[in-house]
Amino acid sequence: MGAVTVDNIVKFYGKKEARVTALQGLSFDVQKGELFGLIGPDGAGKTSLFRILTTLLLADAGTASVDGFDVVKDYKAIRNRVGYMPGRFSLYQDLSVRENLEFFATIFNTTIEENYELVKDIYSQIEPFRDRKAGKLSGGMKQKLALSCALIHRPSVLFLDEPTTGVDAVSRKEFWEMLAHLKQQGITILVSTPYMDEAARCDRVALMQEGKIMSVNTPAGIVNEFGRPLLAVKNTNMLQLLQAMKSCEGVEDAYPFGEYHHVVLKPGGEAAVKTILEQMKMPYEQHPVTPDVEDCFMALMRNKDGQ
Amino acid sequence: MKQFIAFVKKEFYHIIRDKRTLFILLGMPVVQIIIFGFALTNEVKNSQIVILDNAKDAASAQLITELGSSRYFDIKQNVYSYKDIEAAFRAGHIRMAVVFPPHLDEDLKHFNKAQIQLVADASDPNVATTLTTYAGAIIQDFNKRYNQGRQLPYTIQTEVRMLYNPQGKGAYSFVPGVMAMVLMLVCTMMTAITIVREKETGTMEVMLVSPMKPIRIILAKAVPYLLLSLVNITSILLLSVYVLEVPINGSLALLGFESILFTLTCLALGLLISAATDSQQTAMFISLTGMFLPTIMLSGFMFPIENMPVPMQVVSNAVPAKWYYMIVRDVMIKGAGLGAVWKQTLILTGMLVFLLAMALKKFKIRLA
Repeated sequence: MGAVTVDNIVKFYGKKEARVTALQGLSFDVQKGELFGLIGPDGAGKTSLFRILTTLLLADAGTASVDGFDVVKDYKAIRNRVGYMPGRFSLYQDLSVRENLEFFATIFNTTIEENYELVKDIYSQIEPFRDRKAGKLSGGMKQKLALSCALIHRPSVLFLDEPTTGVDAVSRKEFWEMLAHLKQQGITILVSTPYMDEAARCDRVALMQEGKIMSVNTPAGIVNEFGRPLLAVKNTNMLQLLQAMKSCEGVEDAYPFGEYHHVVLKPGGEAAVKTILEQMKMPYEQHPVTPDVEDCFMALMRNKDGQ
Repeated sequence: MKQFIAFVKKEFYHIIRDKRTLFILLGMPVVQIIIFGFALTNEVKNSQIVILDNAKDAASAQLITELGSSRYFDIKQNVYSYKDIEAAFRAGHIRMAVVFPPHLDEDLKHFNKAQIQLVADASDPNVATTLTTYAGAIIQDFNKRYNQGRQLPYTIQTEVRMLYNPQGKGAYSFVPGVMAMVLMLVCTMMTAITIVREKETGTMEVMLVSPMKPIRIILAKAVPYLLLSLVNITSILLLSVYVLEVPINGSLALLGFESILFTLTCLALGLLISAATDSQQTAMFISLTGMFLPTIMLSGFMFPIENMPVPMQVVSNAVPAKWYYMIVRDVMIKGAGLGAVWKQTLILTGMLVFLLAMALKKFKIRLA
């Protein structure tokens, strides 16, 4: 049995008349010691799923278990053994760094000294500010403190809800390095993020959209599923270019991607694209690219809409 | 247990670090006692009166001196006609006029009776009644002394004794009232707000995903406010004894016990409010309008419950402060023992058990 199993979980919000379906029957498993990513835009249902798994919400249908315990029946056992870091900074802002960590250690019947090894890497970075109030820390430091607090009792499964949202690029990179390190300690980690580029850091990811899982695979596996040639194109009139690409018959899909447009080709569509670029009589640039998770996400979304 | 202590410690940090709120919590009872004691008093002192002395003899002179020297009245001026009296009332300076008949002294001596007219401004009926009563008492007093050594046929005299509060001080009734009010405010509103604040800031979410049992979270929240309330009770009692000179006639231990009982009832009420609401604003609104106003209006401390229409009287029974107010008045002012207040104590205990059970039942172990 996996560290986390989710079987056909359904969640509604609101009364019958204005019912919103947040989760439409999700199923997946997370193996022990795995770093598992839930990737999806805001409103995909990531937080709802996390709250169901951390026993904070009851699902309307389906079952789920964490570490072999049922999230409804054995909620007390789960609360003893998981670490949870909500999306919003949820520590006591008027308590100092040290006081927050001490408080959470005591609540979980342990001490900072006992599990210092585990949080050392992370906590040592904020230890110079241990007497500063948590509310006065920078965004990145807040996240480090929150992670320390969620880890201090050596949880068997760690739930991190969008830990890198609103954090600068350097801190984000550091944060993922910490997660990789924790994984080596044998902790199962579930992490959600709206940033597609972070997917590559996970062992496996689930791509979520509107309460559904579109695909569960390794980052490489997801990219392999793409299976079509992809071009990056650019010229001086990007808006016109995008419209031209979309209406080109050799093109399956085209969408802005950074300073380029990514163009998904139909088999043998390359020539048609080239003709259009020439016809526009502007300096242009085009080269094939390897698809990344974001390209796959776009493709999956389009498939779903097409159905 | 260690968890519990850590939680209580954390709660104290919250309270102590929020200096402004702490200042209000500890300063409020002091300010209220002082305001009620010296400013908002319904005692009548130094009311200005005018005298229309048509007699100008020994008896009227004596009475005028006695009226003027009492602390209730200040004689503003002497007037010479009824028209002047009316003018003085209209000018708004005076509360009462005293009219002596011509030949007061002679009437007393020859006919054994005389009439003195008291004209009061009844636009404020309570003040008018009080003033005429005071003036009447002074005149009666004079009358008694005048009659000393004389045989009078068939007279009935009323002998009034103001029990427990011989000077008729307002403090005797508002000190118990302020105690009820302050405890209600500190315990009910503050506990409701602090729990809801944890929901609002998301810390409750983290607390729930921990081994901490909900009942412990609730109790740990209540402990600091219980202690804070004890500090407040002490400061109110010290102020009332040493500044307002209201004695504690009953047992201090009983008073303390009853206060703790009431405090716990208020805490339970606060917990119930917090379990039922999701924002600090709602919690505050419910505590203020739903709890604080009834405490002031229906506890009998500002307005006598006996004068209210029957439905209101029935509703007032549900206000914990009413029972506490009765207990404090009985124990502190009248010096009664537990034997006299066991019924009210029992009612408060019942309310506490009921509210606590409701709060625990309503406490959400999940987010929704």
